[in-house]
Amino acid sequence: MSETMSEPTSNATPSAAAAPGRRQFLRVSGVLAASAGAAPGLLLAQPAPIKVGVLLPLTGAVAYPGQQSREGVMLAVEDINGRGGIQSLGGAKLDTLVADAQSQPQVGAAEVDKLNEAGVCAIVGPYASAIAFATTQAAARHNIACVLDQAVADQITSRGLKNVFRFGPSYEMAVRTGINNFHILNTVAGKPVKSVIVVHEESLFGTGTAATIARDLPALGYEVLEVIKHANPTRDFNNIALRIKARNPDVVMQANYLNEFALLLRTLRQQGVRPKAMYSIFGGGGSNPKVAKELGEAAEGVLDCNHWFNPRDKRGAALRARVEKKGLTFTHELLMGYNATMLLADAIERAKSIRREAIIDALAASTWADHFMPYGPTRFVNGQNQGAQPVVTQILKGDVRVVLPNTYAEAEAIFPATRG
Amino acid sequence: MIDSALIGAALWPALVNGLTMGAIYALIALGLTLIYGVLHIINFAHGSLLMVALYAVLVLFERLGIDPYAALVVVVPGMFGIGYVLQRFVINPARHGRDENTLLVTLGLSIVIENLASHFFKTDTRQIETAYTFMMVDLAGAVISMPRLLAFAGALASCLALAVLMRSTDLGRAIRAVAREAQGARVVGIDVDHVFAMSFAIGLACLGAAACFLLPTYYVSPQVGHGFVLIAFTVVVLGGMGSFTGSLVGGLLVGVIESLGGLLLGESLGQIGVFVIFIVILLFRPAGLFGQRT
Amino acid sequence: MHTPAPIGRTPAAADAPPAVVHLLGGTRRSIRLLGLIGMALACAPLVVRSEFHLTFMTLALYSTLLGSAWNILGGFGGQYSFGHAVFFGLGAYTGAILQVHAGLPAWTGLLAGSAIGGAAGAALGAISFRYGLRGSYFALVTLAMAEVFRIIANSVPFTGAGVGMMIELRSGPADLQFESRQGYYYFALALALVALAVSSWVRHSRFGAALAAVRDNEDAARALGIDATRIKVAATALSGSLMAAGGVFYLQYFHYIDPMLVFGPAVSVEALLGPIVGGLGTVLGPLIGAFALALVSQVATQALGQAPALSMALYGVILIVMVTFLPRGLGRLRLRRGRHA
Repeated sequence: MSETMSEPTSNATPSAAAAPGRRQFLRVSGVLAASAGAAPGLLLAQPAPIKVGVLLPLTGAVAYPGQQSREGVMLAVEDINGRGGIQSLGGAKLDTLVADAQSQPQVGAAEVDKLNEAGVCAIVGPYASAIAFATTQAAARHNIACVLDQAVADQITSRGLKNVFRFGPSYEMAVRTGINNFHILNTVAGKPVKSVIVVHEESLFGTGTAATIARDLPALGYEVLEVIKHANPTRDFNNIALRIKARNPDVVMQANYLNEFALLLRTLRQQGVRPKAMYSIFGGGGSNPKVAKELGEAAEGVLDCNHWFNPRDKRGAALRARVEKKGLTFTHELLMGYNATMLLADAIERAKSIRREAIIDALAASTWADHFMPYGPTRFVNGQNQGAQPVVTQILKGDVRVVLPNTYAEAEAIFPATRG
Repeated sequence: MIDSALIGAALWPALVNGLTMGAIYALIALGLTLIYGVLHIINFAHGSLLMVALYAVLVLFERLGIDPYAALVVVVPGMFGIGYVLQRFVINPARHGRDENTLLVTLGLSIVIENLASHFFKTDTRQIETAYTFMMVDLAGAVISMPRLLAFAGALASCLALAVLMRSTDLGRAIRAVAREAQGARVVGIDVDHVFAMSFAIGLACLGAAACFLLPTYYVSPQVGHGFVLIAFTVVVLGGMGSFTGSLVGGLLVGVIESLGGLLLGESLGQIGVFVIFIVILLFRPAGLFGQRT
Repeated sequence: MHTPAPIGRTPAAADAPPAVVHLLGGTRRSIRLLGLIGMALACAPLVVRSEFHLTFMTLALYSTLLGSAWNILGGFGGQYSFGHAVFFGLGAYTGAILQVHAGLPAWTGLLAGSAIGGAAGAALGAISFRYGLRGSYFALVTLAMAEVFRIIANSVPFTGAGVGMMIELRSGPADLQFESRQGYYYFALALALVALAVSSWVRHSRFGAALAAVRDNEDAARALGIDATRIKVAATALSGSLMAAGGVFYLQYFHYIDPMLVFGPAVSVEALLGPIVGGLGTVLGPLIGAFALALVSQVATQALGQAPALSMALYGVILIVMVTFLPRGLGRLRLRRGRHA
C-alpha cells in the first residue's frame, strides 16, 4: 500500500495518473454505482486515508488531560482534512485510530502493538511521561514515529530512541526558562521579591521542579525559605497555608496538578495569605481559563510558565474560540495535542510517503515554521525541538494573558501584585 | 528543618483544622462502619458512592440553584434509595456467602460507577462557590472557614441521629440483632435481607450528608473518592468496626493526627503517621478504641 | 469432631510421607496437565503471528504470575491480602537499585528481588499472624503496609523519591531485556510456569494440606498439632517471593518505575482479581482468570472503543455478572454439578 501512496500525483493532470490509479477509480465507481444516495463526485480518485494512531490516557487517573489532548488532535485532523488533506500524497486524508492507555504504562505499550498491526504510520500521544517511557520503546521496535503531545520528562528523548519527537519544551528547558523569566519579572519591577516558598506535588514533575528551583534560585539572590511537598490528593491545605503565613514569603511557587493548585489558592485566600506573587512552572491550573473564571479573585494575578500559543498570531485565538464554542475548555493539553498532530502532518507532507522510516526522517529533518507557537521553525536534536519554549502567562481580569517574553506579550505583567 | 516557634504558633490552628477535617472523615466512616458492622463486608465502592453524592450536590446547585445544605433533604434520601437497591439487587445476589465475591462485586461497582461518571460528567474537576466559601470564623486565633465549622456540627448531629435510630427504633433493634447474629435473627422472623439492604441504605445516606458538607470546601471529579477510601478505613479500624462513637472519635483523631503529622513531618511524609497508627491499632487492639472484641 | 478434610484427593495427606514422594505419587495427573499447558503455551509463538496477540498473552501470563502469587496465600491459605503491591514494589525497586546504583546485572535483581520479597512476606506474616490478625483485619493491614511503603519510596533518596527510577535500555537475554516480543513472552511464561508449579506443589504437598487445614478451621488444625502461625508465615513468604518476581518482570519490561506504579493499589487489585475470577485456591484458577479478564477487557474495548469510559464500565458490569452467576470462579465450572455450589 505504501508504494502506491508514495507515488507523486499532480493536481493539474489527473488524467495522467498511473494505471493502478485508474483501476482503483473504476473499482470505486463500481461500488458507488451500486450504492445509491452516495455523492460519488467527492470520492472520485480519493487516495486511501493515512492511518494515524492516537494513543492517550482516556480513562483512569490522567483521563482529563488525555481527553483534552484528544480534542486537540481531532481539531487538527479536522483542519488538515478540511484544507484538502496531505497535498504531496494526492490529498490523502488523515484517519485517526484512537486507543486508550487507561493511564497505565503496560496498557499503553500493548496498544502500540495493536496500532502497529492496524497499520498506523505514526503515533501521537501519550500525554504522561510514565506512559511515554513504555510506548516510545514499544513503538521503536516497529519503527513507528512517536510525536509526543506533552510527556515532558527529558529522559524520554535522551535515551537514544530514534523514533521520538517532542515539539514542545522538555521539562528541563521549561524549568530553566521559568526561573529566568521569573528573575526578569522581578528585575524589571525593581527587585521587590527576595524570598520564596516552593509548594510541590510528590511525583516526577513536582519533585524535579522543586529541586531545580531550590538549587538555582539562591544563585540569583533569592532566599528559598522552605520547600513543601504534598501528596496527591491533598485533602486540606490549611496547614500549608498557615506555614506560608508564618514564614511570610514574597512569592509562593507551585508545581502541582489542577486540583491541588486550585485548593491551595482557595485556602490561601481563606486564610488571608497574600504574597507579592504566585508563580508556577507547568502549573496545573495557572493557565487554565476555567480555573481563572471559577476561582475568580483568588486566581487573579497568578503567573504560570507553560505551553501557550503566540497571542500575536490570530490562528491561536481562533482555535481557542472554536474550542470554546464547542463548550470545551481551552487548555495547554489541548493546544499541544493540536500542535503534535500538525507537526506530524507537516512531516508526512515532506516525506511524500507513509513509509514509517520516511516519516521519521522527515520529522528529524523538520523545519516546520507554519505554526502559531512562540518557537520559530522546528529543529530536532535527539528528538527534542530546540527552539521550543514556554511563555509566562498571567490571569488578568479572569482571563489568561501572555506577559513574557516581550516579543509575544499581549499584556503588561502585574508584578508585584497590587491587591491590598 | 522547621523551627519550634513556627510549630508553637501553628499548633492550635492545626489542631482545630484537624478536628474539622476529621469531622468529614467521621461522616464518611459512619456509613462504612455501619455497613461493615452489619453486613461484614468491606465496601470498596464507598469512595465511588461518595463521588456520586458529590455530583448530586453539584448538579442540584448548578442546575436548580439549591444550596448544598438545603440539598441534604434531597441527597440523603436519594442515596438511601440507591443504597437499598444496590444491596438488594446487585450486591446480595452476587455474594453467595463468600467474602471474595463481595470484594469483587464492590470493586466491580466502583469501576462501573466511576466510569459512568467520567462519561456523563466528563473528567474535569468541578467546584462550587457559595456566598459563605470565604466566610471565616476566628476561634481564639485559629481561623477556619464557615463550611468547615458547619461540617463539624453536621458530623456530630449525624452521629447523634444514628445513635437514636439504632437505640430507639424497631429498625435499629432489628439491625443490631442482625449485626450480632444474622442466622438467629432469621429464625425469630426478621427479614434479614431487608435489614441488610436498610443498613446499606443508611450507610449511603451518611455519605449523602457527608457530600453536602464536603462540597463547599472541596471539589468533585470522577476520581475524588479514592482520596477518602483509605482514610475512611483507617477511621473505622481506629474507632472499632461497627461502632458509631468510635467512628466519630476515630475520625476526629485521624484528622488531628494527619494535621499534626503534616505540620511536623511535611504534608507528604506526614501521611505516614495515619497508616502507622492504623497498623499499630490493628496489631495491638484490632477491636479498635470502641469496638467489642470478637 | 472430625478432622478437616485436606484438599488433596488422599484423605491421609496429613500424615503422608515426605513431600517429594507425595508430589510424585498423588499428583501425577496434575503435573502432566501443567506440562501439557506449558508445552502448548511454549509452542504458541509458532502459531501466533500477530505481535499484538503475543503481547496480550505475555501480559496475561504476567498477570497469571501475580495471581498465582496471591492465590498461594489468599486461595490456598484463605488469607486475603489487599496490599500485595508491597512485595511487587520491593522486587521492582530491588532490581532497579541493584542495576542503577550497584551496576549489577539484571538477573541478580531477579534473585535478590525474590529473596527480599520472600523475607518481607515472612516479616509481614510473622507480625500479622503472631497478633492473630485474620479476615478483614489482615486485609486492611496489608493495605496499609503497601501505603506505608509507597510513602517511604516517595520520600527517601535512594529510590529517586517521586522522580522514580529508570533502567538503561540494553538488549540481550543476560540483561533480561529482549529485542523481540518472543523473548518477553518466554520470560513471562517461565515465571508463570514456576508460579504454577509452586502452586501445584502447595496444592498437593503436606505443607499445602496443613495450609488448607488452617484455612478451613484454624482451631482444629492447631489441635492436630499443626503450627498454624508458622504455616501461614511460610505461605506469605512464598507468595511474597513470587509477587516480587512479578515486580522485577515489570521493571525489565517497562524500564521505568515510580512509587505509585509499583506500590499503588492497582497492582494489589490486579493480583487478586485473576484468582477470584478463575477459582480461588485452585492451581489453574489464576491462569484461567488472567486470560478471561484480559479477554473481557478486549471485548469491552472492541464493543465500546469509541467511548473508553463506557467500555471500562462494561468491563465492570461483566465482572459483577460473572461473580453473580459463577460464584465459585470459572475454573470450578465443571465441579458445580458434582459438589453443591
